[in-house]
Amino acid sequence: MPTDTAHPLVALSDIHVSFGGIKAVDGVSCDLYPGEVVGLLGHNGAGKSTLIKVLSGACHSDSGDIRINDQKAVIRNARDARAYNIETIYQTLALADNLDAAANLFLGREILTSSGMLDEVRMEDETRKIMGRLNPNFRKFAAPVKALSGGQRQSVAIARAVYFDAKVLIMDEPTAALGVQETAMVSELIKQLKSEGIGIFLISHDIHDVFDLSDRLTVMKNGRLVGTVRTEEVSKEDVLGMIILGKMPDHLEDGSEAGKPSAQ
Amino acid sequence: MSDRVQSLSDMEQPETPGSAETRSGITGMVRTMELDLRLLGMVGALLLIWVVLDLLTGGRFITPRNLFNLSVQTASVAVMATGMVFVIVTRHIDLSVGSVLGVIAMVMGVVQAEILPDLLGFNHPANWIITILVGLCLGLLIGCLQGWVIGYLAVPAFIVTLGGLLIWRGAAWWVTTGRTVAPLDSTFILFGGGVAGTMGETASWIFGAIMAALVIYGILRGRRRRQLFDFPLKPLWADWLNISVLTLAVFGFVAAMNAYPVPARAAKRLAEAKGWAIPEGGLELMHGIAIPVVIVALIAIAMTIVARRTKFGRYVFAIGGNPQAAELSGIDTRRMTLYIFTLMGGLCAISAVIASARLQSAANDLGTLDELRVIAAAVIGGTSLAGGIGTIYGAILGALVMQSLQSGMALIGTNTSLQSIVIGFVLILAVWVDQVYRRRIGE
Ligand SMILES: Nc1ncnc2c1ncn2[C@@H]1O[C@H](COP(=O)(O)OP(=O)(O)OP(=O)(O)O)[C@@H](O)[C@H]1O
Ligand SMILES: [Mg+2]
Repeated sequence: MPTDTAHPLVALSDIHVSFGGIKAVDGVSCDLYPGEVVGLLGHNGAGKSTLIKVLSGACHSDSGDIRINDQKAVIRNARDARAYNIETIYQTLALADNLDAAANLFLGREILTSSGMLDEVRMEDETRKIMGRLNPNFRKFAAPVKALSGGQRQSVAIARAVYFDAKVLIMDEPTAALGVQETAMVSELIKQLKSEGIGIFLISHDIHDVFDLSDRLTVMKNGRLVGTVRTEEVSKEDVLGMIILGKMPDHLEDGSEAGKPSAQ
Repeated sequence: MSDRVQSLSDMEQPETPGSAETRSGITGMVRTMELDLRLLGMVGALLLIWVVLDLLTGGRFITPRNLFNLSVQTASVAVMATGMVFVIVTRHIDLSVGSVLGVIAMVMGVVQAEILPDLLGFNHPANWIITILVGLCLGLLIGCLQGWVIGYLAVPAFIVTLGGLLIWRGAAWWVTTGRTVAPLDSTFILFGGGVAGTMGETASWIFGAIMAALVIYGILRGRRRRQLFDFPLKPLWADWLNISVLTLAVFGFVAAMNAYPVPARAAKRLAEAKGWAIPEGGLELMHGIAIPVVIVALIAIAMTIVARRTKFGRYVFAIGGNPQAAELSGIDTRRMTLYIFTLMGGLCAISAVIASARLQSAANDLGTLDELRVIAAAVIGGTSLAGGIGTIYGAILGALVMQSLQSGMALIGTNTSLQSIVIGFVLILAVWVDQVYRRRIGE
């Protein structure tokens, strides 16, 4: 783990988002350090996706601050987020079904020839290279992604996030559609990206997975922050208690250490 | 790109056997041909319709004269249909194109027949240029306005352009309070493809040769590029089949246009006007390709390049496939909507030039019901109303299919109500066949 843990990569503070009368996110703060995986947990509708959409530019916050590398950041849309090297793999896969893998991978960031036309051959070549490493059995480069299996589509979405040198990676249930083997592949990838100093927000309902991969856990309930804990300080039962009852485990009740990454 | 993703090959993912590139047999062949098979299928269907109509009319359909008229009559709808492909692919619709054509034609009529003659003189060489520029600007402006309301104010395109259909048709009447404007500028009317508005024999052959060369260059260049990267290739015969069919079509068309003689008296008038010497045995002039058809060809090429080779085209199809994904990928979908409708407006202006030049007058009902012809052409050509799917060549072939049926039935003497019944059925049939085809090849 990198030694410099003084500055978080990303710090969200006191974020509020409401849809009509529903307070989807109600005063939540959390942060992410380089080379760290923060698991976001909570029941269905707790506001996890909405919170990270504020960071990825898919959703506007009513109030609250985003700081990136200790500087105030303004993220109005997906383009802004990408400019900050924040890449997102969405819960509902954001792929255009009618386009092929290469077109999806480079969507919004196409490689052009010197005459300003799409350089399809180069893009396909790059796609073949990265897919060759992520998912060596992937062959359907000419087919629209609609013709791919859930796992294949997922690997396209992941390839897209990885290809463009993300500093912050947001994964909203990246393994929801995957089989055992593909899930293992994603876990492996997360460990690898983490070792390269990338910060990852990981949302998943698979508490075992999150437990294995995360350094810290942030738990939400009904749009509010329950708390942030270091993974090694809690048991799965403690975390289930936080998710279901919405209160911190007894031995951390004073909570002085919560929210700080483990210093090493 | 960083090398952060080292081989994860120990985590190999099982893939179902028979992926696109390993499949063999008939389905494999269909797969490798992909889009081109659709093109061949549509050309085949068109030829079938022509042969049947030719039999029914006792040989009066497939004649140089009729094919020439057919090509001229299709031009205006075909131009707008290329733009309608983009509109429909992005899950919008444009019901206003006929009315927009009408109002632009009226304004251009007044500009060239009533305003400019007073300023510059009748048939002044700059008249037609200024007129067309005014028309183009008006078209772009109207399209931009409608696109802005649809994109930025989020009023559904159906409503905005339904309003536009009424508004611009009304506006067309107001331009001259219903009076038809004539005569038009003598250079302007060449765009309508009358006797003088054709390319003549030699230029037609040259034009055909350039088109064929473009086809061959495009296909072989694509192949070369893929070879450079060692990508799997289509079988060579498939590329050559496409090339031969397309060049044959081009040269067949040129030959037909060059076989349609200009009537002797008109030829004499034309020769006098251009100051040509008339040989002893009388003048044998051929029509050649009509100017509006040249315009359609150029627009078709330009729009195909935009659709397939540019970011703009890529975004059009991405928005159609998944608007949310497009937005999340950083595409400004509202601005794209504005641009697409602006482009549609510009194409309406070009169609307005062709349509009014052909009639040699501007009447306020010009283009009535064209919106339905244009939408039907795009849809018959395989554009999906669900968005994300459509081709430029398909829309043009669709326009040709509709016009062929209409002209053919008119030749037979079918009354107009029966004509519209038949065309209605063909529209439904075409969409059904296209869907069955798509399901078959598993798109
Ligand atoms: N676009 C929207 N319009 C209205 N309400 C919304 C919208 N998006 C989310 N909500 C509401 O906000 C709340 C939080 O939703 P969110 O998607 O963030 O939950 P989540 O924690 O990601 O749940 P899940 O685990 O099911 O993915 C829910 O009550 C949801 O109904
Ligand atoms: Mg969610």
